[in-house]
Amino acid sequence: MVKLIYRKKVWEVKPGMTVRDAILKTGLKPYAVLAVRDGKLVNEQTILRDGDEIKLVAVVSGG
Amino acid sequence: MKCRKCGRTAVINMRQHKLALCQEHFLEWIPERVQRTIHKYRMFTPQDKILVAVSGGKDSLGLWDVLLQLGYQADGLYIKLGIAEGAYSDESLGYVERFVSEREGVHFQVVDVKATYGLSVPEVARTKRRGRKVCSVCGLIKRHIMNRVAYEGGYACIATGHNLDDEVAVLMQNVLRWQVGYLARQAPVLPATHPRLARKVKPLVHLYERETAAYALVRGIDYIYDECPYAVGATTIFYKDLLNQLEEHSPGAKLSFYLSFLQARKEGLSFGDEGRPDLHDCVQCGQPTTAPGLCAFCRLWEGLDQG
Ligand SMILES: [Zn+2]
Ligand SMILES: [Zn+2]
Repeated sequence: MVKLIYRKKVWEVKPGMTVRDAILKTGLKPYAVLAVRDGKLVNEQTILRDGDEIKLVAVVSGG
Repeated sequence: MKCRKCGRTAVINMRQHKLALCQEHFLEWIPERVQRTIHKYRMFTPQDKILVAVSGGKDSLGLWDVLLQLGYQADGLYIKLGIAEGAYSDESLGYVERFVSEREGVHFQVVDVKATYGLSVPEVARTKRRGRKVCSVCGLIKRHIMNRVAYEGGYACIATGHNLDDEVAVLMQNVLRWQVGYLARQAPVLPATHPRLARKVKPLVHLYERETAAYALVRGIDYIYDECPYAVGATTIFYKDLLNQLEEHSPGAKLSFYLSFLQARKEGLSFGDEGRPDLHDCVQCGQPTTAPGLCAFCRLWEGLDQG
């Protein structure tokens, strides 16, 4: 499985899909987050592998 | 997805520029783009001393990092507002201090609002019976302090980390209400209209917020991730989301909205007479004010027990 982490929320998705599709599954908007794997930024077409842990970082700030 | 420049795996795909880049080339591309913006709007030169307003957030720290890399004389100014009984401010200041400690020969100063004037920003806002919102009091205080520090330190301008998304969200709100006064003044460079008012520049106006966030990440800049508690739920975030939905359907829409606005104004689109009101010098601090006597900043503290 693949873990997606956003702030204090965690989701699990199946490996084999793209980062973008995985973000869509969480209900977050792909344009509003960046995906980080092993401390490295990954593009949204990246295919997720079993055991991946993806940290989602919010792009938008207010103020 | 491959980097357009070298064919390695891309870390970011910028549909608005039809450009995917690897980490290395993205780290090159951002400063180049900022340099082009500085040049295009004639913001400043390497001979100028620049005061960078840093909050500990991704945009202001990213801006400072880029300006230092480009070889500009960029000093930091952190204004300690005293948000959330000081906790939020302490945390954000921590990120600025860390940024400074990782670089050599970087100058920066802290102005602590409470230590200097007696009350923190939320405390001043609370004492005002008229119920001025914290964010408007905060804006007023920050502007005053930035102008004062820039004047006293002989800085050519104040640089802020506003990105394209910030600007476009404001533009959208101003257009929806036809706030012609604001539309007349929204620009990448605000010239100094008084010796005590610093020139203001926004070198990140051509960068998408997605790009500034990615830059901080890739460059390893740690920044305060949580929103200022007073900004949570701000209308700006709503407009940013609206514009991002538009951008999804039509990549480049945000940039072209902004650039075509600037272009139209350059070609003569006018929002009425920009005739400036007469400015008087504040009798207390010397900064300009539209009414004779005390300026809005000095009035804020009038009658308060400043300890
Ligand atoms: Zn490359
Ligand atoms: Zn004054």
